[in-house]
Amino acid sequence: MISFLLKGLLRDRSRSLFPLLTVLGGVVLTVFLNAWLNGAVSSLIQSTANYSTGHVRVMTKAYAKEADQIPNDLALLGIDTLMSALRHNYPDLLWTPRIKFGGLLDIPDEKGETRAQTPVGGLAVNLLTADSPERNILNIREAIIRGHVPQKHGEILVGEELAQKLRIQPGDTATLISSTMYGSMSVTNFVIAGTVRFGIAAMDKGSLIVDIADAQQALDMQHGAGEILGFFADDLYHEDRANTVTEDFNFRHSFTSGDTSKSEAVFAPIMGTLRAQSGLDDYLELVGQFSTIIIGVFVVAMSVVLWNAGLTGSLRRYGEIGIRLAIGEDKSHIYYSLLAESLMIGFIGSLLGTAIGLAVAYYGQVKGLDIGSVLKESTVMFPNVIRAQITPFTYVVGFLPGLVATFLGTAISGIGIYRRQTSELFKELEA
Amino acid sequence: MMHRFPLLLTLSALSIGIQGPSGDEILKRVDQNMFSQKKILLSRMVIHGRRETRTVESKSWQRGTNESYTEFLAPAREKGTKMLKLKDMLWEFSPSTDRTIMISGHMLRQSVMGSDLSYEDMMEDPHLPNLYSATVASSEVLNGRDCWVLDLKAKKEDIAYDHRQAWVDKERYVVLRENLYAKSGKLLKSVDVREVMHVQSHWLAKSVLYKDVLKEGEGTEFHIDSVTLDADIPDYIFSKAALRR
Repeated sequence: MISFLLKGLLRDRSRSLFPLLTVLGGVVLTVFLNAWLNGAVSSLIQSTANYSTGHVRVMTKAYAKEADQIPNDLALLGIDTLMSALRHNYPDLLWTPRIKFGGLLDIPDEKGETRAQTPVGGLAVNLLTADSPERNILNIREAIIRGHVPQKHGEILVGEELAQKLRIQPGDTATLISSTMYGSMSVTNFVIAGTVRFGIAAMDKGSLIVDIADAQQALDMQHGAGEILGFFADDLYHEDRANTVTEDFNFRHSFTSGDTSKSEAVFAPIMGTLRAQSGLDDYLELVGQFSTIIIGVFVVAMSVVLWNAGLTGSLRRYGEIGIRLAIGEDKSHIYYSLLAESLMIGFIGSLLGTAIGLAVAYYGQVKGLDIGSVLKESTVMFPNVIRAQITPFTYVVGFLPGLVATFLGTAISGIGIYRRQTSELFKELEA
Repeated sequence: MMHRFPLLLTLSALSIGIQGPSGDEILKRVDQNMFSQKKILLSRMVIHGRRETRTVESKSWQRGTNESYTEFLAPAREKGTKMLKLKDMLWEFSPSTDRTIMISGHMLRQSVMGSDLSYEDMMEDPHLPNLYSATVASSEVLNGRDCWVLDLKAKKEDIAYDHRQAWVDKERYVVLRENLYAKSGKLLKSVDVREVMHVQSHWLAKSVLYKDVLKEGEGTEFHIDSVTLDADIPDYIFSKAALRR
């Protein structure tokens, strides 16, 4: 039966070509958009984790409330003990302290007077310790454009765009004017070890990377850090585990009234997950809904198109169906044979569409799309180049909708078969 | 009827006496009391932050309204930091970097040593009559002292505090309390004089609590440990070269 129907489809291309092309186009679009959204979302998650929040992040409760303002006066103090506890209790995560800070980078002339000055956003990470994961997390070696990774205290990295703007190069001295955690003005000289480009507009246009010990000294934050970030060793965000770790940590550090002072409670550490921070949760929720809507719209739109195609086909095959009814073929049998045909078209169209969609997505995965010009003024940790990402779900995302749409389209248009009366058939055929 | 004229004249004269001096006159008297041409101060700022209290000690040399030089003496981290104000310019010297940084633009709004005072506050012309016109709003007793409550309205646009409320001691012409407001009417800072001292016919604030209302913490106490008025101050003090000495 199947080979009979298949032969019919192949020999009568007007019966199969249009529905096949419709399914194919829709599936290509779905596969490609899915891969593209996957890429954009995972890039956002990875860059947010690496440069901003980690997979989980520990801050003081007071700091967490105003984290966007980088309130270093509310930073974690005595982090050595906390780091040891985190490493002991959650050994599956890599723990690393960071300090974010703002300030002015002042470039002196030969007389020590200001030659150039600009606002900067600083990130202090553990650059010099041998077992620090930061060089890999921030991908520092690959990001170096000129110079080298800092080898000793007092050396910093600056964004390449920033270096060009200030006309500075590796070996030059730059003065960071910032404020200590107690609010005093902090003036510190650094030597520029190298320039970096992370491919993230928010980082490249005005950032500098400092070793955390230098920042602690400059900002008067001995044994302090704004945040401690935790990263899963495989560099992937595991939401369930992140939630478990967070709940456990926050339970261990929860205070009940009476056993601690108000000040201790305010500066007690609190952990948050990647999704729960920086509004990423809402954003990912939105992307998920957007993805579902795309697939939904695709199925509905294709079903309508294929329904129309089915109606046209029924008109064109009016005579054929009439003869089949006249020679005694059961209406349901004809209806089911049309559904079987549609499933075959859906299957072949979805298969071809998935293959073509994957090929296009693969191209997007390798080449990427540079949206740097759009993100020029962005403060979101979003990479300048978005790449599509093919996941196991991408292989099937278009397949089922392709089948369902053709099936639905034929199922609706084919109902007309049941309305035809055997007594009228010969009249219709004569006409 | 003839007897009524002298009575009315007497009542009019009395009512002027009861009304007392105008706001601007009071402000001028305050200025005369508090201002001296040359001054050397040894002071302490006790800064009550959210986490801890720090004490910053400094020595200041002031000449007129345009020249001021401050050297920080403690704590160790701030020791040797110097600030120089010449007219509307302000520089800070950091001994650890051997750099002299000009404080300008938005940096003027930053806090001085983490206190509730900003660089902008330090740059302000100390002659209030130059900046504000005053009206007497009421009379109040504050900390046992009879005071005028003055409403001060800025004469210029580009000024840190658009209007102020000042409680002025009626006898000593020293300001005992001030509330400083933004143009929007929002209270920005409050100043409470806790102790005054009498130095060479001047009544001066000896201990003051500054509170930046927008900032957490308990405010900054400013204590004057010693003051020398009309002191001899060499000219070189008020030069950029003095910062590196």
